[in-house]
Amino acid sequence: MRKISDWGNYPVIEAEVSGFDTTAQLRAQLEQPGDVIAFGNGRSYGDASLQNRILLTRRFNKFLSFNDETGELCCQAGVLLSEILDVFVQRGWFLPVTPGTKQITVGGAIAADVHGKNHHVDGSMGHHIITMDVMRNDGTVVTCSPTENAEFFNVTVGGMGLSGIILNATFRLRKVDTAYIREETVRASNLDEIMDAFEASNDWTYSVAWIDCLAKGDRMGRSILMRGEHATTSDLVQQMHKEAPLSPKQGMQLGIPINFPDFALNPLSMKAFNFAYYNKTRPGTHQQIINYNSFFYPLDAIDNWNRIYGKRGFTQYQFVIPKEAGREGMRTILKRITDSGLGSFLAVLKLFGEQDSFMSFPMAGYTLALDFPISLKAMDLFKELDAMVADYGGRLYLAKDSRMDAAMFEKTYPNADEFRQAIALLNEGATKFSSLQSQRIGITS
Amino acid sequence: MKNVLILGATSDMAQAIAKKYAAEGWSLTLAALEKELLEPIAGDLQVRNEIAVQTLEFDATDFSNHRKLYESLSTKPDVVIAAFGYMSDQDEVRNDLEDIKRTIDINFTGMASVLSVVAEDFEQRGSGAIAAISSVAGDRGRQSNYIYGSAKAGLSAFLSGLRNRLAPKGIHVMTVKPGFARTKMTENLELPAALTASPEQIADAVFQGLEKKRSVVYTLWMWRFIMLIIKHIPEPIFKKMKM
Repeated sequence: MRKISDWGNYPVIEAEVSGFDTTAQLRAQLEQPGDVIAFGNGRSYGDASLQNRILLTRRFNKFLSFNDETGELCCQAGVLLSEILDVFVQRGWFLPVTPGTKQITVGGAIAADVHGKNHHVDGSMGHHIITMDVMRNDGTVVTCSPTENAEFFNVTVGGMGLSGIILNATFRLRKVDTAYIREETVRASNLDEIMDAFEASNDWTYSVAWIDCLAKGDRMGRSILMRGEHATTSDLVQQMHKEAPLSPKQGMQLGIPINFPDFALNPLSMKAFNFAYYNKTRPGTHQQIINYNSFFYPLDAIDNWNRIYGKRGFTQYQFVIPKEAGREGMRTILKRITDSGLGSFLAVLKLFGEQDSFMSFPMAGYTLALDFPISLKAMDLFKELDAMVADYGGRLYLAKDSRMDAAMFEKTYPNADEFRQAIALLNEGATKFSSLQSQRIGITS
Repeated sequence: MKNVLILGATSDMAQAIAKKYAAEGWSLTLAALEKELLEPIAGDLQVRNEIAVQTLEFDATDFSNHRKLYESLSTKPDVVIAAFGYMSDQDEVRNDLEDIKRTIDINFTGMASVLSVVAEDFEQRGSGAIAAISSVAGDRGRQSNYIYGSAKAGLSAFLSGLRNRLAPKGIHVMTVKPGFARTKMTENLELPAALTASPEQIADAVFQGLEKKRSVVYTLWMWRFIMLIIKHIPEPIFKKMKM
């Protein structure tokens, strides 16, 4: 037994923890009856990969094959996105989809069906899976794809690890000329401006905004839109970049060695941070060439940044609301958040494109993600926000969630009922895939 | 292209060491007891680094076969890293003679046997470097794991002597004492984070240590001092402690 938690350090539990190197070892572990869930690199925020018994997938991390004509990569599910980048960027390939951290496993990326700054163009991770192998609770292995065992594929993509343990996956990497991004930043002084800017950025492959949730009144929603394209060699200007277009200089890695005391994060320190970030960008539109790490993974440069929230832990409230409800809905919800004064250190706004999948989080509309230190006040606020999100026809992201209740899940995920039945069927037998989250939101008992 | 031979290549530490050498552009020969576990490891390194990787079956306790096995290598290594080992739960098996023998055979006799063969070849060629994974458990016998500890103490003494013999000939021998490591042996244990090295940290320490010709490497610096203190506790006090 040992203490274990996901990225938000809330909740922290005691669990029986073990890993595996081979499918035979995994099969032997699944013979032990009871509830069990896969745990990748612990970057989901809440309790989606927590259970009394946990199977660590990180050791199952071998690259199996790569086709340098097509970019098709087959690897085991414990491989980190960062490992893929370390190996393949220098050879001119990039991930088809990446969230804001590269410290997640391929299995986790599929189970949470993660999205990135290119969702409006390329969809979520699940759209790029050509085929994958998944081990069921009885030790059998199912090969599935959008055409082979499609129903099983559909409950596995975005299925939060409840259909089985993803063993390996094949997907196509994206060809790039350089390791750099041609980035354009646009400063927007309020919510209307940023939404206009998003809607005018549909042709850009990548777009995301950092929004200052503490700005009130006329300035509410003031933000910086960052949009980008993979730079071509002719985009590069600096001699250093031109000489080694696929090998960016690694930036400095900083670390947070210990949990910060609770008082380190307060409205004043957060306001200072948000203001500094906003003012770093001058008004108007600006272009620059930056390496992919700075563009996609600014927070990965600080190891264990979750420790700034101290021992009590934190959660990230990420919701999406349909585009029709977007302007009014986002204004109402944002106002409630700014009025609460519990506002967050980091808030990210993004316009999703269409999404057609069984259980995944994205939908055509606006998504906002905010960090909150765990507190009773914040928990009360979330209840209020849940009601608003549900009213607008939106939902919460399971990969970030640690506290939504079953009614909220039921109301906001249209296939909740069907999903529950499918998982119940798959889980027949002595061993069940089930997480603390799936129990809390009523998918598993 | 330089070649490294890793003995016991399926452990987490050895896999991290292999990745490090592969990333530095070395060719690899991986040897381990369970050859079927080696294939995906070798395949992975080939996809990652586009380098040559050979695999072979190696049984640390099949002493009489060590010379033949080493002589059969088509590429003779520039560096040999011996990373195999065996540790059981001593509370369960402390009176089990078979397990005691196995602990000594793998951790000491197997190491001494295979490294003697390697040393002979390096001596003839006049170049080469050896690193072997020993343990802080060998620095002083403690009640919780003195059987394993004594085998590792023997190994540390063996390596020290071998280093002494080969140093004038330009051949370097390095002893590695990892301390706590986050590996499959310890994944269900709560370890003090500050004292626990990841396999990657150990791999870096081994690679850098050999580059700098260090003699004894504790992967995390505090361990050198922790063991220094433990070694110097007077026996009358030490024997009453629970360690």
